[in-house]
Order: sequence, then C-alpha cells, then structure tokens
Amino acid sequence: MNEKTILEVKDLDISFRTNAGIIHAIRGVNIDLQKGETVAIVGESGSGKSVTMKAVAGLMDANATVNRGQVLYRCAEDGKEEVIDLLTLSKKELRRRINGRHISMVFQDPMTSLDPTMPVGKQIMEGMLLHGGMNAAQAKARALELMNLVGITDAEHRMKYYPHQFSGGMRQRVVIAIALSGDPDILICDEPTTALDVTIQAKILELIKDIQNRMGLSVIYITHDLGVVAKVADYVNVMYAGKIVEVGNVNEIFYDPKHPYTWGLLSAMPDLDTDDDRLYSIPGSPPNLLHEPVGDAFAARNAYAMRIDEKAEPPMFKISDTHYAATWLLHPDAPKVEMPPELKARLERARKEAEKYI
Amino acid sequence: MTKYIFKRVILAVITLLIIVFVLFVLVRVMPGNPFPSERMSAEQIANKRIELGLDKPVLVQFWDYLTKLLHGDFGKGTSLYNGAPIKTVLSTCVSNSFRIGGLAILIGTAVGLLLGITAALNRGRFLDGFCTVFSIIGVCVPSYVFLIFLQYYFSYRIPFFPYFFDPGRFLFSAVLPSVSLSLFSMSTVARFTRNEMVEVMDSDYVRLAESKGIYGPRLVRRHVLRNALIPIVTVIAPLIVDLLTGALVVEKIYGINGIGKLMVDAISGEGVDYNYVLALGILYSSLYIGIMLVVDVLYGILDPRIRVSAKGDA
Repeated sequence: MNEKTILEVKDLDISFRTNAGIIHAIRGVNIDLQKGETVAIVGESGSGKSVTMKAVAGLMDANATVNRGQVLYRCAEDGKEEVIDLLTLSKKELRRRINGRHISMVFQDPMTSLDPTMPVGKQIMEGMLLHGGMNAAQAKARALELMNLVGITDAEHRMKYYPHQFSGGMRQRVVIAIALSGDPDILICDEPTTALDVTIQAKILELIKDIQNRMGLSVIYITHDLGVVAKVADYVNVMYAGKIVEVGNVNEIFYDPKHPYTWGLLSAMPDLDTDDDRLYSIPGSPPNLLHEPVGDAFAARNAYAMRIDEKAEPPMFKISDTHYAATWLLHPDAPKVEMPPELKARLERARKEAEKYI
Repeated sequence: MTKYIFKRVILAVITLLIIVFVLFVLVRVMPGNPFPSERMSAEQIANKRIELGLDKPVLVQFWDYLTKLLHGDFGKGTSLYNGAPIKTVLSTCVSNSFRIGGLAILIGTAVGLLLGITAALNRGRFLDGFCTVFSIIGVCVPSYVFLIFLQYYFSYRIPFFPYFFDPGRFLFSAVLPSVSLSLFSMSTVARFTRNEMVEVMDSDYVRLAESKGIYGPRLVRRHVLRNALIPIVTVIAPLIVDLLTGALVVEKIYGINGIGKLMVDAISGEGVDYNYVLALGILYSSLYIGIMLVVDVLYGILDPRIRVSAKGDA
C-alpha cells in the first residue's frame, strides 16, 4: 500500500446465506482509493457494488460472511498514521473508531434515510456529541456551520424541523451534513442522486464535489449512471457479477473501453445525437450467483465471447499503468476485436464535444 | 398540538352522542322487552310502561334520558335487581373488572414489550424462536383454559392462591385471573413489537445512524424503539378496552362479580333490561372512544409527522 493510498480493498470475497442457498456475491474484488481522489464503482443492480461498500463501512447484513480478503484503511489519528484491516475490527470498535469519524456514508433514498421522529439538527449533532467530544453548544455551532455548508439557509430555525418538513433534495443535503459531521476522510455515496429529480441531481453532485475540494475528502461513488461517473470520477471500476471487470481512469473508460461489458454499458446510455431509434440494452440478465459461474460470468451475454470464455475466467490484462480489463479479447492470441462502430462514433462525438469546453 | 387535541375531543364527543342515540333506539326496536310477560297481566305491563316512560315518543324519551345522563344518572334497572340504581350496581362490577383488567394490561404490555424487544435483538437465535412459539400459544389458547390450568397447579396442587375471587383479599385473589387474562395481549404485543422492531432495524435511517457511529442500547433507544412504538400503541389500545370490560368466561369460572357477568344478566335475564344494556353500551363505547382519544394524542406526541404539519413551524 503506497503512501497516498487511503483505502485498499484486497481480494474481498463475500457470500450470503439465504433460504435459497449460499449466494457468492463478491468474488475477489480489488479497489484502490487515493487520498483526495474520487473513485466510481459502476455496474448493473445486483453486481455487488453496494455490498462491497457496506463491507468497507462495516454495515454488512447479518447473513453475510467474509470468506477472504482485507479492507486496509490508512487511519490518521492524533497525528499518528497506521494501516488497519477494517474487517478485523468488531462492530463496536468500528462504530466507535471508524464510522462517522473516518468513513461516512450517504445513502440512496433521502426520503427513508432520516429518522422521522428526530429533528434534523439533533440527527446532525448526535454523532458529534457521542464521539466528537463536543459539548452541546459546540455541537450546535458545528451543526449550523455544516447546514450552511451544504446549502441549507436559515439553519438556526430549520434545525428544529423534522425530516418530513423538507423536500427530497433538502433531505439529501441533511444526510450529507450528517455524513460530514464527524469530519471523515472517506465519503461513500451510494447512488446519492438516483432518487432525486434531474435538476436537483446536478446540484447535489456539485455540492459533494465542492465539499470534497474544501475538506480534502476521498470519495467513492456507487452508481449505475455513467453520466454521474463522467461528471465526478477520477477512476472508474466497472463491476459485474461480484468482480471488477475493468478499471481505469475516467478518460480510459469513456474513450478507450476494452471490456465488452463496458461497451454495453456505454452503448446503453441515452444519447441525443444518435440515429438509432431504439435505446440499446445489454441482452440477457446478470447470472444467478447461487450457482458459481464457470468461465467468464459475462460470456452468455457477450456477442464477442470465445470458446475459452466458457471454460476459464479471464485474468486482469494490463493495458496501461492505470487501465486493466478482465477479458480474453486482450490475450495476445485472441483475434483483434474493436468496439462496435456505433459506439466508437458516439465516443468520438463525445470527445469532440468535451474538447470544445476545454 | 392543542388544536389537534381539541379537534379530537370534539370528534370523540360527537361520536359518543351518536352511539348513545343509536343504542337507545336499537334497544327499543329490538325484539324482547323488559317485562316477563308470562308473569304479568296486560294491565300491569301497561302500568309499568307508563311508570318507565316507555309510552312517550322515542325522541322525548331520549331527551329525558340524555338530560339525566348528563347529570351522571344512569337511571334504574327496568327488570334487574328490583330497580336498584344502576350506578351502585355498576360501580361494584366496574371496580372489580377494572382492577383485574388493569392488572392484566400492566402484566401483558410490560412482559409483552420485554419479550418482543428481546426477540428482536436476538433475531434468528434461540430466544427469537422461543418468543414466537410462546406468542402463538398465547394467542391460540383461550384465557379461561389458562385459568383452569393455573387453578389446578397453584390452588389445588400447591395450595397458594385462592380458588375463587375474594374481594376482601383483592390483590392476592386477582393474580390468577389477571395472569390468565394477560396472556393474549402479552403474546399479541410481543409478536407485534418483535416484527415492528425488526422492520425498523432494517430501515435506512438505522443504517445511517450506524454509519455515524451510533450503536448498542443507544441506537435501540433513540432510533429503533421510538419508531417501533408508534404502531404498537395502536395494537395495545383495543386490547386495553377488551381487558377492562371484563372477560365473560374467566369472570364466571373465578366467581368475579364483574361487567361481563352483568352484561349477560342484562340481556338474558327475565326480559331485556333496557337501562342496563344502555348503561353498559355507553360504558363500553366511551371507554373505547376515550382510549382511542388517548392513542391519538399519544400518536401526536410520538410521531412528529402528525404533530407538526408539513409546512408549518413546530
């Protein structure tokens, strides 16, 4: 783990006990997060994005078992730095030391993520009073400051409001204020804008970005919205069936994707300039992880699948220092396959569009 | 909040008035009358009707009844207890039923809540299963079966508690009927509490509270219990009315002179006793309305979504 890495998920493997059997949801995931940077995890529903981040935040469900792996966190406390494996901490230690103070989370649906019976001010102050060693007056002052920071005006008055007195966008601001209340190093945003309308989405994303710059936060976004990724991320991890299938910086993923699944995701993005009258979608659905997939889990939905895809799982092939993809197409012996021409044209258009603004 | 309570009270009073009127008319329309006709001549009955004011138009009768009622007078029995004032008879029965019922509620809710919370906090483990089995038994087996069972073991095998109700040793002799009466509400409360708590513990806001480092008893107290209690209050309320108004069979078996027994006497004695039926009906419905009113107010206290309107200030 190098000096600048604040969080490293190493070969994480998680399964769930359910009535139907054991679901092998996370199958060896590696994710790096550098200090001050933003990493996005994208993938379809059920690909394991949320589960991975819940493991990082210590919020795993009771029926989850970690089979192997580490979640290394560079914990800076009282001027000392040490690397801790978060998976070895007990629930109590996690809550006391890590949650809120080092790693915070913003959840998907602001309508359900605030306690309906507690005024928002109190909810913001709760963590500070418990762990922050502040007295009531200090906590209140800090809460007011945070509410102003997240753009809630008339904070003094609105502290006494209950969640139902706020709109969705305002509630998400409160949730962000709560997440920031313990002065964390890492902010995990689990689809923070999915439940909001489009105009509010952009504002919330800008807010998070702004706060990130001001407070020097490292941010992890979980999302299936590539538009969000393009706006906020430095690095992108594409996840499929409990594995990272492609990782790279945002330009590599958007302009030079290598994995057929990433091609599919990008093609499935709505676009105004295309001549197609139908929106592309990846055929089929993700595999059921009750049964361990044989070979490449994406093979059945992959138009470019080769015979080897049905037999062996592809390793991560290196494309550049930051860009890796797990597809047999990158093997030196594989036939040269380019991304679909429509997608290529589309990405080219997007690149030109982007250049106009630089 | 004051406005909210005021509105509820007004609504409660109106509801009660309507109920009294409907009861009053229904009793008179129903088949049966207060006179054991085989023992009274037509003339006697006619005289009695005049004496009781039953010859007047119903609306006039109702007005008379209502004015008396507002002075706290339930009138006299039309056939029961030789026309003794209802108030006196009722107060003995009510005090017996209420005290035993009250004790049952106390035991039922306290133990029920405790069981439910324990089960929820130990979800999927032995205690949870134990609580589920216990609740199912408690809901399925009628309370008088428990009473007979308890009598057998704690009065006969171990002669500790009395066989029958003894007003002189109230608390002591109330234990067995109260415990057996409390089992149903105990089980209902336990099951409901467990399910509500489990649901709240899975909610996003509890996840958020955890993500800011709240854990253990503090999490349960501040975020889980309060939210889970709101619906629990609604379940407890009707149970309270049921328990307070007496349990027919338990009162009969244990020889308790209570409301349940009185109700049966009023309907199935020699002729229907209009005034007793009315008095008991009014008692039952005002209790129900009163407790629902308390629930509404409690709801307001527990749930800010009701107390504080969406736009307005607290």
